[in-house]
Amino acid sequence: MQTVEAYNRGQRTDLQPEGPDAEGAPAEKVDEHIVEIISDSGEGAQTAGQMFATVSAKMGNGVWTVEIIPAEIEPPARSIEGASGNRVRLGASTISNSGDAADLVVAFNDQVLLGRLPAGEFKRGAIVLLESKWGDHADKRIAAEYASVVKRLRAEGYRPFEVPMEKECAQITEDAQRGKNMFVAGMLAYIYSRDVDLFRDQIATKFRKKGDVVVGVNIGMFEAGYLWARENMDVRFEIAARPVTEPQVVINGNTAVALGVVASGMDVCAMYPITPATSASHYLSDIFTSVGGVVHQAEDEIAACAFALGASYAGKCAVTITSGPGMALKTELMALSVMGEIPLVLIDVQRGGPSTGLPTKVEQGDLLAAIFGTPGDAPKIVMAPATIEDCFFSIITARKIAETFRTLVIVLTDANLATGQQAFRRPAFNEEWVAPPIDQTPIDEGHAPFDWDPRTGLSQRHIPGQPGGLYTLTGLSHTREGGVAYGPGVNQEGCRYRSLKIAAFQKTLKPPEIFGEPEGDVLIVGWGSTKGAIEEAVERAQGDGLKVSSLHLTFLQPMASGIREIMERFKQVITVEINYSDSLEDELIDEDNRRYANLAWLLRARYLMDIDCWSNVHGQPMKPGAIENMIRERIQWLRGQ
Amino acid sequence: MFGLPNACVLKFDEEYHSLEDYHGRVARWCPGCGDNGILTAVQRLCRDEQLPPEKTVFVSGIGCAARFPHYMKTYGFHGLHGRALPTAQGIKIRRPDLNVFVNMGDGDCCSIGAGHWLHAIRMNMNMTALLHDNSIYGLTKKQASPTTPQGMITNTTPRGAQLKALNPLSVTLGVTNASFVAQAVEWLPDLLYDVIRQAHQHRGFAFVRIIQRCPHFMTEPFESLLANPDRLLLLKHENGMRISDVVGRMYKSQTEHDPADLNRARELVEDPDRVPIGVLYRNEAIPRYDELRRPQRIVSVDRRRAVLDEAFDSFGIFPQDPEETRAGSGGQSGDRENRGHR
Repeated sequence: MQTVEAYNRGQRTDLQPEGPDAEGAPAEKVDEHIVEIISDSGEGAQTAGQMFATVSAKMGNGVWTVEIIPAEIEPPARSIEGASGNRVRLGASTISNSGDAADLVVAFNDQVLLGRLPAGEFKRGAIVLLESKWGDHADKRIAAEYASVVKRLRAEGYRPFEVPMEKECAQITEDAQRGKNMFVAGMLAYIYSRDVDLFRDQIATKFRKKGDVVVGVNIGMFEAGYLWARENMDVRFEIAARPVTEPQVVINGNTAVALGVVASGMDVCAMYPITPATSASHYLSDIFTSVGGVVHQAEDEIAACAFALGASYAGKCAVTITSGPGMALKTELMALSVMGEIPLVLIDVQRGGPSTGLPTKVEQGDLLAAIFGTPGDAPKIVMAPATIEDCFFSIITARKIAETFRTLVIVLTDANLATGQQAFRRPAFNEEWVAPPIDQTPIDEGHAPFDWDPRTGLSQRHIPGQPGGLYTLTGLSHTREGGVAYGPGVNQEGCRYRSLKIAAFQKTLKPPEIFGEPEGDVLIVGWGSTKGAIEEAVERAQGDGLKVSSLHLTFLQPMASGIREIMERFKQVITVEINYSDSLEDELIDEDNRRYANLAWLLRARYLMDIDCWSNVHGQPMKPGAIENMIRERIQWLRGQ
Repeated sequence: MFGLPNACVLKFDEEYHSLEDYHGRVARWCPGCGDNGILTAVQRLCRDEQLPPEKTVFVSGIGCAARFPHYMKTYGFHGLHGRALPTAQGIKIRRPDLNVFVNMGDGDCCSIGAGHWLHAIRMNMNMTALLHDNSIYGLTKKQASPTTPQGMITNTTPRGAQLKALNPLSVTLGVTNASFVAQAVEWLPDLLYDVIRQAHQHRGFAFVRIIQRCPHFMTEPFESLLANPDRLLLLKHENGMRISDVVGRMYKSQTEHDPADLNRARELVEDPDRVPIGVLYRNEAIPRYDELRRPQRIVSVDRRRAVLDEAFDSFGIFPQDPEETRAGSGGQSGDRENRGHR
């Protein structure tokens, strides 16, 4: 039996290097693989998956990671809905989305597989590494469940490997249940020929605060997993990697958003906890004070927005971070931001709806609510980052737009971006990102707080502390001087200028770039986190000679000029979105009552074109394979016309 | 200026602010409305304290009282119903230099914004909150508010208000971190002025409930208190409200009360027969959220760059020396042409 001390610091040296002469099974070369690690909550599957992804990214593989999260902290053990873990897609080249079905699955129990099997999450023939301890469980029902799942896996053509994870780990630690995620990491390190030293570094970093013994035990279990796989498994894969040539960062979208807040120079973030947005505030809370910032956890969503708006009114533009249900609560204040022309950045990390919906799952259902959700005419700017890198830069951009145009800017990310991890080029700090200090210079005599420029509607705002700028901001209809006035011309004038500002902003937008040929049969239009999946699907179809291109919109309100001209060059335009739309296959649905996906509504209304949509609300990231199939069917149908 | 603290600079152009300098737009409250007296007291306070108008912000919600900022010649924020307190907190969090006042009606503070009220007390940020309590919704024309007396006929309680009125003082005194609680009536201007002055000078969240009349819709408790002046119990103390000889002779019902005595304050506000007037509780030792969250240092652009760099380092991947590239990244020579965008 190996003792803890043997592992502690005295790492085994007989694991690596792997080369042509290395022991073990010969490696099969593959371009990419999708690996899923799923467990009950709290068993560490996410940690193992993240380490695997980080090591792979460091080795130069393209990586995309998605968390699989139940809505509860610790749902009942061995429950189908309780599946918690991580999906890692790694490849020889850049990976932009979570892909289709998994090639290899690690499951800490049999039940967590049952929800994902019928959902098509696993490729036929996928390798399943399954904790075997349930097979001889004292509870006969559990043992029978386990046996039936193994039988089913075999019958359906999967390749189950029964792995005595906990039993092996028990030789190293008494708390084998909690430590077996490192055993799993070790198995994956062997199967995918990962750099063992990079893994050891990751483990040491992760557990450093818990002391050397804990680090040693975890490295020990990692090594045990590696050795077990080498001795017992006949599968092995090799995924070529491109050496990293420029500095990169690997973060998820919420961390990117938090870093974007820091980079933008904003000082105040007010929030109320809501899934899946909260982790952005966790990270921001960690680092914000070091740049003089404050994350204020308000008593509710409304107070968070009011606090941010107050901070903006008296100083630099502030930010509030929330998700759909929280944005709904903030609508009255969003309108006040527009009416009072107080800059504000609102980040909505969208989740499944309506109502509380699917708290941990992805959806793009808030677009119309963001644009139109405020009663009365409240024009604002709505933008949607498409990648993790975008999440960072869009906050910097949003802050600038909000200040320049004295308006509300809504940034729509989603649960897919929030928890997805990807490597991207390390941003190089630019002083121009940062908000200037609060203007306290005197205001010229006679200058009105809403001195609307007749052409653009723009005006210079007065900030408390500025001598000569005294005024009372109000949400009521008001004149240029800020006085309450209900006359018929006054509200018309105010609405006009606030709307003109958006037009002035729109004139600064460049037409979006088309992905693929500028004309063809089908144009896919998307927004937000689906970009990677859409472009991968389009690229695959293009590879087979199909005339399909795609367009991805960053600004949804207002939209850039030139979109019509692009769309007109295709026989059919289809939006791909993760939100609900009616299917014409339903008996009652026809063109008189069909409800379209969010972006499709907008495009149809603006361009008077017969734009179709393809959308769903399964709460899953869009799979490139599914989009590809849709494209093929559409083009086939078009050719039959 | 030139790196000198402001206090060290002789300001040649410093001007004296007269009462008129704080007069904003002409008030449009009804004749006899209690808000007029509160406005006068506050303008007097601003003049006496020489508050720079550009460094003074009045924040309000919605309702009759919420028009207050328009009638001041300072900065103002006439925001949303019930949301004055969190807005004021946002204004204050990075602007310790601003004098922040909050004007709320009883609907604003005790009904739609009640949640914010509790948390504002607990956060104890440095500002003066005035509850203009006329026990009725005035602007929307006579609906029962949480402080409407039981049995009162209003448009939403045509057979009389069913519930006992909420006591805003016992609520405030019951919340963790309450640091300044006082009560005044708008028809005794000297006492009102002094209570607001003490509230303003308090370092922390100062809450003043001002009992006021609504000549159109609610004459209680104004009329009965006017008819029975002995029901007003003036709180006397060397650390409390200043009571002039004239007022002292008119209102003989007085008691000695030390504003440090929280338990006695709670007893006083629960007395059904008496309306205590003056400073009920004051404690400047309670930590303030605006102090606790104050930036520890002045942040330069370079500092921001350094913090971001450190963060990027912690998530960073760095180019490796090809010689050191370890096993597993074997097939580096892989077919680059095939590496499309995935």
